[in-house]
Amino acid sequence: MLQPPIPSGSCTDASRLVRVLKLELRGITKRFGSLLANDHIDVVVEPGQIHCLLGENGAGKSTLMNVLYGLYEPSEGEILIDDKPVSFRGPGDAMAAGIGMVHQHFMLVPVFTVAENVALGAETTKAGGFLNLEDTRRKIKQISDRYGFDVDPDALVEDLPVGVQQRVEIIKALVRDARVLILDEPTAVLTPQETDELLDIMRQLKSSGTSIVFISHKLREVKAVSDTITVIRRGKVVGSASPGDSTAELASMMVGRAVSLTLDKAPASPKEKTFQVKDLTVIAPNGQHTVDGISFDIARGEILAVAGVQGNGQTELTEAILGLQDRVQGSILLDNVELVGRSVKDVLNAGVGFVPEDRSVDGLIGTFSIAENLILDRYDQPPFAKGISMSPAKVLENAKSRIDEFDVRTPSGLLAAGTLSGGNQQKVVMARELSRPLRLFIASQPTRGVDVGSIEFLHKRIVSERDQGTPVMIISTELDEVMELADRIAVLYKGKLVGIVPAGTGRDVLGLMMAGISAEDAASADHAGPVKADTPATETPPADTKDAATAERRAASSPEGGDHV
Amino acid sequence: MSATATSPLPGRGTPGTSPQADEAQPTSGKPGLWKTPVLLSALGLVAFVFFGLMGSAQTARFGISTGGDFFQLPTLEVPAMPGGIVLSVLMLGLAAYAVYLKTKARPTPAWLTVTFTVLFVAAFLIWVVGGARTPSISLAGLIAGSVTLAVPLVFGSLSGVLCERVGVVNIAIEGQLLGGAFTAAIVASITQNPFVGLLAAAVAGAAVSMVLAVFSIKYLVNQIIVGVVLNVLISGVTGFLFSTVMQADKAKFNSPPGLDIVQIPILSGIPILGPILFKQSLVGYLMYVAVIVVWVGLFKTKWGLRVRAVGEHPQAADTMGIKVNATRFWNVTLGGAIAGIGGSFFTLVAIDSFTKEISGGRGFIALAALIFGRWNPIGAFFAALLFGFADNLQSIVTIIGTPVPSQFMAMLPYLVTVLAVAGLVGRSRPPAASGIPYVKG
Repeated sequence: MLQPPIPSGSCTDASRLVRVLKLELRGITKRFGSLLANDHIDVVVEPGQIHCLLGENGAGKSTLMNVLYGLYEPSEGEILIDDKPVSFRGPGDAMAAGIGMVHQHFMLVPVFTVAENVALGAETTKAGGFLNLEDTRRKIKQISDRYGFDVDPDALVEDLPVGVQQRVEIIKALVRDARVLILDEPTAVLTPQETDELLDIMRQLKSSGTSIVFISHKLREVKAVSDTITVIRRGKVVGSASPGDSTAELASMMVGRAVSLTLDKAPASPKEKTFQVKDLTVIAPNGQHTVDGISFDIARGEILAVAGVQGNGQTELTEAILGLQDRVQGSILLDNVELVGRSVKDVLNAGVGFVPEDRSVDGLIGTFSIAENLILDRYDQPPFAKGISMSPAKVLENAKSRIDEFDVRTPSGLLAAGTLSGGNQQKVVMARELSRPLRLFIASQPTRGVDVGSIEFLHKRIVSERDQGTPVMIISTELDEVMELADRIAVLYKGKLVGIVPAGTGRDVLGLMMAGISAEDAASADHAGPVKADTPATETPPADTKDAATAERRAASSPEGGDHV
Repeated sequence: MSATATSPLPGRGTPGTSPQADEAQPTSGKPGLWKTPVLLSALGLVAFVFFGLMGSAQTARFGISTGGDFFQLPTLEVPAMPGGIVLSVLMLGLAAYAVYLKTKARPTPAWLTVTFTVLFVAAFLIWVVGGARTPSISLAGLIAGSVTLAVPLVFGSLSGVLCERVGVVNIAIEGQLLGGAFTAAIVASITQNPFVGLLAAAVAGAAVSMVLAVFSIKYLVNQIIVGVVLNVLISGVTGFLFSTVMQADKAKFNSPPGLDIVQIPILSGIPILGPILFKQSLVGYLMYVAVIVVWVGLFKTKWGLRVRAVGEHPQAADTMGIKVNATRFWNVTLGGAIAGIGGSFFTLVAIDSFTKEISGGRGFIALAALIFGRWNPIGAFFAALLFGFADNLQSIVTIIGTPVPSQFMAMLPYLVTVLAVAGLVGRSRPPAASGIPYVKG
């Protein structure tokens, strides 16, 4: 399989290195009914380059790549490989031509092992069609060793962290000898550390001659790894950019207007503390303490942002406040009323607004109309309901005003919510939750998978809710977002509160805290420079050293520092 | 894009992927862990009271050897009441251990459930036989009969395994069995050749399956509904043809030559195992072959890997260049052929003519066997054997005359089905995409 391109290479290495592709998309147009998803798009991917397709969600990047990968047939236009036109009737053809793709939602069978997933579709067999997984294992080991992936071929995919699953996807492409690798929003599901590891992997792949098409809307990452940037907006190529261009320039090209990347936020003026959590413990069905003795409070007119790597108890914490968790110990006081043990409905009626972390699963009913989604929490109350009858006119009226107020881009409130883009869906959720008087506002991952234009808007709404005197709690795994919005920052690690630090605490310190190091230790470690030796080794997984390194790299790669994408 | 809309969201962190996972957790704990220990304790108590304390004073006798065996084993004699007490005390011990494990937050191990079930069945047998007018049965006959009754169930559940593993729910097993039985009878009668009948049964089952495949894969009709409709349709069509064609000229259309029982010399003389493994009809031998071939095929070959991928995550399979709907179509067809062979057992082996509804709902029991067997061919085989055993037990026990009303005994196979599927199977996970049509793009 792939041999490292070291000087002692044999002639097969040389021939491998020659086999780099020049890929050209010429005039690609793709229509879905009346919708023009791609409008005469021209892109040339030079061999051995990281070529970024920059564009907001819904700009048509994924459609274009699905055309290239043979999943969709283009309505017009052609694909050229090394200046020869090709046509792909399915992903099999694309793979045979040397194109590999890592989809945004991984195409891995969860109950298969890594080896089975990698083998699928390109199985090596012994006589009689019997699987030869040994051969696949060997190839995985080879690639894994070469790029430092550390992937166990016999692990079940569903047991692997998201970052490792993504590596399995990359291995799948490399085993098939992909010379052009398409990465579709690869960082959307990754933690900051995993993101930086992925960027490193991309650089390594490039240096070994693999071209990469990197689809993203996250400017920081795009600037960090790209060689060439093509900006796509509403299905059209609007221009090229170089990674040296400023973040603001890239953002305005992508959105089509000037966007403010820094949030204008007045300093908080905290009033009385109306929300208190004391010794909160959440016990999972298996007896594990997913939230472990957490105490904090939030004042009116203050944003507390909860930072931490995904899966450290954030979900359970918010669910406990909402009344969605069964086994909760401790106390949650809102306006001196105990919330623990109350029903979700009681909690909502007590004035808690909640934006769940996964809008498509917990935030919206995709097949319901936007108007209906906007009253999910008040469908049984006037003016929307009278006795057992509902008033569709009132529901629609409400939808019209919410859609205007929150700038939801849709022709009608009667459309199914599932047809909206991520940003607009999130606006619908936010509009619903902010449309009644609140005593507490909780937003979990408020801008995950949301385009730049919408992020700006959503952040402003969150801050304005704070300015109206509501205690606000933000849960985010995006450190940028935390730093942007927070008046105080709480860091969770393994269900425990590592500490609460003021806004303006450095990225490096927060990074160390996210790996479980206390605020004081993190601060002193930070002052001493990136010294890893004095961090308590027992407490910390390898993440901590990586994190310190990550922080440096981020600081170096992003001199602006203030952008939130 | 909608192409990715149905895929599982990898972003939803599970505790297993979090850093918290390093705490010692032998298994991922689930609510409902108490179910098994509580159920076992209750069954243990029932056994103690009924099989033990209320047991008969007679001695239950179990014949192990039959006359044809090449060596004879003595008859097993168990005094009913003491036997019941001993076995139920053992059961209670196992149940107590399960409860103890639960207090340590550990699940009930599989061996415990299996041992418990065996003990329960043994105690039940002793109780029933001990209380009968003639407290004596042939164990060998009981087991051999169970296998015979299980043959169509095994074929049916293998059909279900193949279909569900590839992502199509096959409720139409009953119709496939019935179609196979009818076709085998009529073709074998006309040709006077049972082997042609067997082949025709496979073709008929495949044809029924193809209807299911076309409607559910190409026209995206709800698979459950197509399956139910097919069952009703096949029942109606075979019933109609039976009354109009078969009854009109019974000699010509409904007197199929049967498939003979083939005895393998010496081996068939092994007590208990001999008749099961080496004294079967061609369909019986085919059953063992089919179970092994389907298992090896599904789990050891390229074909099986692709089939399972299509049933678990069709999009992933599609992006790897596998033709999802074609794979589904041909596997469903193959499943139908297997069920059709199972159907031929009714008319070519068990009974020498076709009657209305000859499959008698066994297609649905096969469905239960498939679930109880956790979508695994070997699991389904043993589940089908269990149901066959319950079926056979009720008829034998009725013959020897037990105090239990025969209506209750007739419930036994279904009672076992409900208990098995609902209670003892634990958490079983069907193929993720089973029942969900795959639409590209």
